[in-house]
Amino acid sequence: MSSSASSQPVVHPAGSVRLLWTVLATVAVLTLLAYLVAFDQGSVSRSGMYLHELMHDGRHLLGVPCH
Amino acid sequence: MPLNTTTTPPFAAVLVRGLLAGLIAGLLAGAFAYVAGEPHVEAAIAIEEAATHAEPAAAGAHDHEDALVSRTGQRGGLFLATGLFGAAMGGLLATAYVLLSRRRRGDDDGRSGLLLAGAALLGAVIVPFLKYPANPPAVGDPATINQRTVTYLLMVVLGLVAVWAGSLGYRSVGAQAPTWLRAAAAVGGFLLVTAVSYVVMPSFQEVPADFPATLLWSFRLASLGTQVVLWTGIGLLFAALMHHERRRRAGTALPST
Repeated sequence: MSSSASSQPVVHPAGSVRLLWTVLATVAVLTLLAYLVAFDQGSVSRSGMYLHELMHDGRHLLGVPCH
Repeated sequence: MPLNTTTTPPFAAVLVRGLLAGLIAGLLAGAFAYVAGEPHVEAAIAIEEAATHAEPAAAGAHDHEDALVSRTGQRGGLFLATGLFGAAMGGLLATAYVLLSRRRRGDDDGRSGLLLAGAALLGAVIVPFLKYPANPPAVGDPATINQRTVTYLLMVVLGLVAVWAGSLGYRSVGAQAPTWLRAAAAVGGFLLVTAVSYVVMPSFQEVPADFPATLLWSFRLASLGTQVVLWTGIGLLFAALMHHERRRRAGTALPST
């Protein structure tokens, strides 16, 4: 949108914009990981119910609603 | 000569330490859960199976699991679950640490990592647990699982909001005010959000009438203990790893200055 030929707002230092994206990507990946352990029933991991059943006891003892 | 330690380490360095702290703490929590919780899970599964055997006509072949994963596999999977979950939580803690470090004045002495872990334990574990305590197998109606999952997640968010309201209360009272007054404002903010959440959020009473009360209590205590071990471990290990990192950086920075 500006002459800098990138979509980054020029008001921010490039470093902090990159940090922002890194942080967002990190949070997304870690949330996905926690989701796979705590809630997935095969629809995301494409593993059928295998991972779900494998981590059954962990879910119960971590206090997540299970069934 | 004062060390130049005010430079915060790069995000990747903090993240790796958070992930490592979380993984180790997760495995420790898994070990605790294995010793303290597994006997109760086994007892609850025995009750669950006795219940399905008691009404074979109604159940038929229904849900008599061809055991995709054996019980031994599930007991081992416990460590996989707590390890991965711990790593994810440690990474999120490290991310929050980096974001908050920009507002921190001066150098971190390890206190903020511990405070964050304590805040997570209170907001994301204890507050939700008191409203929606963990349930062993055989407790809970499968028909309401989606509802319970959503309300549980919402309660985690509300718990974190409550902790945030507490810190807001603490800071809203001026720094000149006596400590007890600032603490009272923190407690007030926290309790206000928590109490309103507890009243507004729906309750689920799904414990079968004949489920042993002592087993339920023991299981829930073990479940809470697992999370306490996890977050205590994450906080202490992360603070220790960050302390080591700061000393290493200070050491390498010295000769050049």
